[in-house]
Amino acid sequence: MKTRLWLLAGATLAMALATGCKPKGAQSALSGDAASKVYVAPGQHDEFYNIVSGGFNGQMSVVGLPSGRVFKAILPVFSVHPENGWGFSEETKPMLNTSHGFVPWDDLHHIAISTTNAEHDARWAFGNANNTPRIARVDLTTFKTVEIIEIPNSGGNHSSPFITENTEYVVAGTRFSVPTGDDASRDVPIDTYKENFKGTISFISVDKDHGDMEIAFQLEAPPFNFDLARAGKKKSHGWFFFSTYNTEMAHTLLEVNASQKDKDFIMAVNWKKAEEYIKQGKGKKVKAKYAHNKWDEDTHMATSVIKEEVLSLDPRELKDIIYFIPCPKSPHGTDTDPTGEYIVGSGKLAAIIPVFSFTKMLQAIENQDFEGSVDGMPVLRYESVLHGEVEKPGLGPLHTEFDGRGNAYTSFFVSSEVVKWNIETLQVLDRVPTFYSVGHLMIPGGPTGKPHGKYLVAYNKISKDRYLPTGPELAHTAQLYDISGDKMQLLLDFPTVGEPHYAEAFPASLIKDKQVKFFPLEKNKHPRAAKGINDARVERDGNKVHIYMTTIRSNFRPDNIEGIRVGDEVYFHVTNLEQDWDVPHGFAVKGANTAELLVMPGETATLRWDPDRVGVFPFYCTDFCSALHQEMQGYIRVSPAGSNVPLKYSTGLTE
Amino acid sequence: MKNVSSVNRILIAVCSLLMISAYFTPLWQISLWAPQYPEGLNMKIWIDRLSGDVDIINGVNHYIGMKHIGVEMFPEFTYLIYVFGFIIGFGILAAIIGKRWSLYTFFSMIAILGLGVLVDMYLWGYDYGHNLDPTAAIKVPGMAYQPPLIGYKELLNFLAYSGPDTGGWILALVGTVLLYAVITEVMQSKKEKVLA
Repeated sequence: MKTRLWLLAGATLAMALATGCKPKGAQSALSGDAASKVYVAPGQHDEFYNIVSGGFNGQMSVVGLPSGRVFKAILPVFSVHPENGWGFSEETKPMLNTSHGFVPWDDLHHIAISTTNAEHDARWAFGNANNTPRIARVDLTTFKTVEIIEIPNSGGNHSSPFITENTEYVVAGTRFSVPTGDDASRDVPIDTYKENFKGTISFISVDKDHGDMEIAFQLEAPPFNFDLARAGKKKSHGWFFFSTYNTEMAHTLLEVNASQKDKDFIMAVNWKKAEEYIKQGKGKKVKAKYAHNKWDEDTHMATSVIKEEVLSLDPRELKDIIYFIPCPKSPHGTDTDPTGEYIVGSGKLAAIIPVFSFTKMLQAIENQDFEGSVDGMPVLRYESVLHGEVEKPGLGPLHTEFDGRGNAYTSFFVSSEVVKWNIETLQVLDRVPTFYSVGHLMIPGGPTGKPHGKYLVAYNKISKDRYLPTGPELAHTAQLYDISGDKMQLLLDFPTVGEPHYAEAFPASLIKDKQVKFFPLEKNKHPRAAKGINDARVERDGNKVHIYMTTIRSNFRPDNIEGIRVGDEVYFHVTNLEQDWDVPHGFAVKGANTAELLVMPGETATLRWDPDRVGVFPFYCTDFCSALHQEMQGYIRVSPAGSNVPLKYSTGLTE
Repeated sequence: MKNVSSVNRILIAVCSLLMISAYFTPLWQISLWAPQYPEGLNMKIWIDRLSGDVDIINGVNHYIGMKHIGVEMFPEFTYLIYVFGFIIGFGILAAIIGKRWSLYTFFSMIAILGLGVLVDMYLWGYDYGHNLDPTAAIKVPGMAYQPPLIGYKELLNFLAYSGPDTGGWILALVGTVLLYAVITEVMQSKKEKVLA
């Protein structure tokens, strides 16, 4: 004790003499071979594709692992992207249509990569729109968003877009419960939350060949906040697990009021049972307005259809669809292990991590081992469903992924670390610091039945001093760890695009040889395509002027256009005649309020231009296409409204 | 009673004047480090106010239900300036008087002030660390967050340090110097008794 006091006194003195000197933290030293483990030599390819959510940018990004190199900083999904005309071109505008009209932005949190038999097939990447609830599907042969479906009766699509093992369904659990139904039942006082608000869970079916989505059914769950979800797999296939918080059903100051109960719930949904009820005709069609937008790869344009009703199931009446598993303190992540037996609930305010057993859950249901009910839906007894608790794992557990070797890896936001533990024995095996405050973490194949347990990426919420500073807003950061050995080893820091939440990664070999290189011109069914230079023309239809324009290295046809008047609506329908990989052309015209176009080989895209003044305006190619790219340009002449200048267009004529 | 030595008389005067620094320098500091705060959070306690990362510390601590640290939390801020003023005044008087009893009284005042401040700090720390809002978001069973009185302590993901700052060290120096003066006077008075 005495020595300790002396040590304290010594430390105190040292502290006073050297203010600002900080005690040695757990800064893990990089070992010498870290660089070689992430080095992908020039010309070589990465082992994994990493599809990363962009968070508040509403987009996805595409990164290679283990190098951390960015292949596509922005793959536009829910937000407009002036760089390639997403949301600005006439063809893409319908993709961002909703029941609220055109919405130019959203907040994309989670990625789900399609699976077959609980293994990645990587045909599609799904993403959720958190703000105006939607789910998008990206085709991984074109890396293009090809479908967006709006989720009605939802407010904050956070518990989404998690998928079942054969991509039968992608789910959408509402974060905010909201009143639903007709105008009268939606216009209610906020303090009637418990009576009038609904926590809607949507199951969206995915066509197994083409990926087309439809809202199969919605479940009217209690007005909790639904946070995250995972499907059961293998033995637990047929079930879906949703984490809930605010089972207090508070509607104000949730920071305090939704943190009061010792246990919230993981909601287990037996969706096979729901399917049976639907077959028996127990579903109820209810009015709900939502947009369903699809991209057509042949016409190179999107269509948006507003739908009017959904099939609703009431689990209070239709028994055995929903069971509640008590889970400590506002669970965030709910993750099922690769065998489908274990369900890990990460109570973000809890001091332990509970691991539930699917087998025990079925047993508890069979034995009716209930400790209560919520609106007639049984609450299972915690102890009966529990496999065990991980003791003293860390502070602020958020998410868990798996390596396929019987280990789980949980991210801890508050104590800023990743902790590795054994699922069977619940022993903590290793811990590594993250810099700083990790949110989601990701192992390639981690949420599937077949993880590739070689790397782990931590997506951090704070980067602080890790990079050169850039004013008040700093880079968001990811960290790559080698998890192939007993000890996790930090290999690499790399900045990310937007603010990533969840991401998934899969072997590059799954898709790299399936990439679409260009769109065959003969298949181009765009009604205003100009499939050859002889189709290039300009047509007037009232005050609308349609310019059928072609691009090929290195000219526009037509490139001299006259007879346009102030007040006209001018549509440049640009067809890229190239039939080779990596030769997009760009199109930009002075004063356009509609950004620009990047037109892929064989594609047709349309930019609307509303000339507001008289003059001659240049247009040019923005994508460096050839040695004579700088010569790829043209002029369009605008005359006063009512002018008699005849419509005239040409290319290459000199008088 | 006998006069103090002229050296000690100067020391008393110097110490009294040094104590004036308490009005211009921070007396105490509390620092916190966490993985996400590698640079540390630092709060300084002055004679009548707080400075430093108080708002950030409050922001971090409210999750576990700790009270909001603010000037209003410390009634000491309203009277410490007078207590110091009184002691400094007495010290100057003691130097003028130059009697041993005046030195002993001056030293006792500083010793009581020092002890009083430490006891006060401990009691505040105990209350701050134990008296938590029952509606706090994060409740770790059996966990209290009393900051260390002096030195380091690990509190969840934070490492906390508490100790004197510039003004506090000057006060410690004043106390030590006066202790030296007291000891020399006591020894001198013993010598005088033996001689007598």
